[in-house]
Amino acid sequence: MTAPVLSVEGLCVDARTPQGARRVLHDVSFALNAGETLCLAGESGSGKSVTSLAIMRLLAKSSLRVAAGAIKLGGQDLLALPESAMRRLRGGDVAMIFQEPMTSLNPVMSIGAQLTEAIRIHQGAQDAPARARDMLDAVRITDPARRLAQFPHELSGGMRQRVMIAMALSCRPRVLIADEPTTALDVTVQAQILTLMRELKGEFGTSIILITHDMGVVAEMADRVAILQGGRIIEQAGVVPLFTAPREDYTRTLLAAVPRLGARAGEDGPPRVTTISPPTPPPGESPVLFVRDLAVTYRAHGKWFGGGSALKAVDNVSFELRRGRTLGLVGESGSGKSTTGKAVLGLIPFAGEVALDGVPIAGLSTREMRPLRRKAQMIFQDPYASLDPRMPVAAAIAEPLAIHGIGTASERRERAAELLRRVGLSPDHGSRYPHEFSGGQRQRICIARALALEPRLIVADESVAALDVSVRARVLDLMLELQETMGLAYLFISHDMAVIERMCHDVAVMRAGRIVEAGSRRAVFEAPADAYTRELMAAVPVPDPTRRPGVPLIPE
Amino acid sequence: MVLLLARRLTQAALILLGVAAITFVLLYALPADPAVLLAGRNATPQTVANIRHQLGLDLPLPVQFWNYIVHLLQGDLGRSFNQKTAVAPLILARLPATLTLMAAGIAIEVMIGLTLGVIAAVRRDGAIDRLVMTLSFVGVSTPQFLVALLLLYVFAATLGWFPMSGYGTPAHLVLPAFTLGILGAGWYARIVRSAMIDVLGQDYVRTAHAKGVPAARVVLRHALPNALLPVIAMIGIDIGQFMSGAVVVEAVFGWPGIGQLAWQAIQQVDIPIIMGVTLVSALAIVLGNLLADLIAPFIDPRIRAG
Repeated sequence: MTAPVLSVEGLCVDARTPQGARRVLHDVSFALNAGETLCLAGESGSGKSVTSLAIMRLLAKSSLRVAAGAIKLGGQDLLALPESAMRRLRGGDVAMIFQEPMTSLNPVMSIGAQLTEAIRIHQGAQDAPARARDMLDAVRITDPARRLAQFPHELSGGMRQRVMIAMALSCRPRVLIADEPTTALDVTVQAQILTLMRELKGEFGTSIILITHDMGVVAEMADRVAILQGGRIIEQAGVVPLFTAPREDYTRTLLAAVPRLGARAGEDGPPRVTTISPPTPPPGESPVLFVRDLAVTYRAHGKWFGGGSALKAVDNVSFELRRGRTLGLVGESGSGKSTTGKAVLGLIPFAGEVALDGVPIAGLSTREMRPLRRKAQMIFQDPYASLDPRMPVAAAIAEPLAIHGIGTASERRERAAELLRRVGLSPDHGSRYPHEFSGGQRQRICIARALALEPRLIVADESVAALDVSVRARVLDLMLELQETMGLAYLFISHDMAVIERMCHDVAVMRAGRIVEAGSRRAVFEAPADAYTRELMAAVPVPDPTRRPGVPLIPE
Repeated sequence: MVLLLARRLTQAALILLGVAAITFVLLYALPADPAVLLAGRNATPQTVANIRHQLGLDLPLPVQFWNYIVHLLQGDLGRSFNQKTAVAPLILARLPATLTLMAAGIAIEVMIGLTLGVIAAVRRDGAIDRLVMTLSFVGVSTPQFLVALLLLYVFAATLGWFPMSGYGTPAHLVLPAFTLGILGAGWYARIVRSAMIDVLGQDYVRTAHAKGVPAARVVLRHALPNALLPVIAMIGIDIGQFMSGAVVVEAVFGWPGIGQLAWQAIQQVDIPIIMGVTLVSALAIVLGNLLADLIAPFIDPRIRAG
């Protein structure tokens, strides 16, 4: 067996804290063989990004420090190199691409300038522009000559990530580190980028370290997998043995928590989590949410004194949602699913008919709208940003009650404590501040706040997208339990097909502002009628390494 | 781009109209009656009435305002009470001196401020950063006249390198320009430092490091252009500030600029000159900001698209 391209031996990293050094990476060792894709997989805080930045020697000097270990690239220890030699290796022998293609390219430099810079630094100036163009060709970007003159904001997310890959591979690195390269992308774009990386790996003779939290991506890409938890590698194995016979409990939990498309096949609704029998709505009860011919139009600015062109973000959308049921709105970015969610709550102007509990909301004044707001609440994607960091959580939960003038201060406090219990937190936690809670706990607090007014409808917009899989599963279970006990109706907005399948009774697939397919969850998932629905489902990475899909690569 | 320019110019015109209205109202709010001032101490009531009629002060207020605006549009800023000449040529004659001082002052503050701000951001929380931040604090809080007198004492009186006061040669320009520049540099250093710290934490700076760009080039080529927008905006504001705000410096160094003219006019309650200077500085502020808005798209391509 040949020597590994890169080996990490006993790597320890300390974080500097006011209380002294705290170890965040414990004795991490692995080897990357030539032509191999090694996945570092784990949840947030597991140390996977710290590992990759340590290899690049790009750890933030003020807060993180390598305490022990060696990182060997072809026999030389990167940790022992002087900075100038390390700089020549960066982007040359070891290249890296990052999670956020939107922010990882310099907004004031043209694509061409950023590509040729990498080539010039490592390979001299001659014919850099021509080689930059060849690289854009290699990542299947259409019209490369024109792209070179464009700036990042003129490119889509998928194209930007292709540019990042072109930049990283332009000097034919021996090792490519990809840190969550597709996490910020739509699922169909993700499939494209993953296929591209697989093809280029052979073409450029590069070995890949792929960092991801998504076991579906792992199954699709990895030759070998290292599972990280709390800064340690707890299990390392080939991808097939890892998925078929995981040794560690944590790995098993992680794999079990991964939502699998098709897991609910043959069932009509989401799994039951309580023994309460679902209420049978009296015949003739008006739906909690009724929507007909909804349209939302954004006016594009830029024209001289108005007269701007109109952009239809949502067009001709109709559905209804009854008590105790969940309608999933699924689609990619720009499909209009979030806009629909805001419109049905009357948060943005719309055309068409929307009725909450039988009361039409179109044209209502703010004051007329107020009693209706109690009936419908919203839970957002980012539990970090949707709680006021300076407000104790009990006050945040009681705030909707105070706004609607419900109860006395002490009654509201009691209600907040009860709600905290309801979402699985201790009432004693009420006096704490949001930063003292984990992401999953914060989302529970947001749910408690949404429940304060005893709504009949909850619009959940990507409410679990920011959570780790194991936490996500528990929050989803909580939402199911609340639905069964309180008869809540959910409008569940998500880009994640597997989550939609788990949560919903009915599904509407949206694309470019329109519903392309709607029906019972079972009908849509088991017999998708629309080509786009089938494309979406095919693009979802399957957490099974023996079933790798062959997604054809399409130039963008 | 053309649309942006047209919109900005419309805004500028509206702002100037507003300033004209306010100065006009202020004139009437003053306890001093211009006719009495103009007539002199020994004038008869008849003379005062005549003068009032001549100036059009006996007309209804809206008519007076209309006349005032019409004159403004013709470039007529009225006549000085004391110097008995038109205000516009008086201000025009002072313009070269003021513009020269303004340009030199801004050049110095931007150069010092940019350099110190970038160094402080790169060496964040280090000794150099603390020194720069302390210096900039001293800079922004020291009164202008104090710095002016210190520079005069050291470089003019003691060392004799530069003339004490006056106007005409480049040597005359050095001390007043540095007085303005040293004080302004403190603001720039702070703005540049915080903008640079923000930019240096961005993902694309990490990308640049990851592709092996030398550290100095990361700072100057990748980060600095992204931190320049607030600096450009600040220069736009300074253009307006220095147009009227260099009063103290011009007084100390005997610099024959608009500030000095305003200073004298205030002492003599020469209302037309005060109004004229106010309008000209308002114009300068509006033009300065317009200039900043026009330069910004060249720095940030995202603004070009919008």
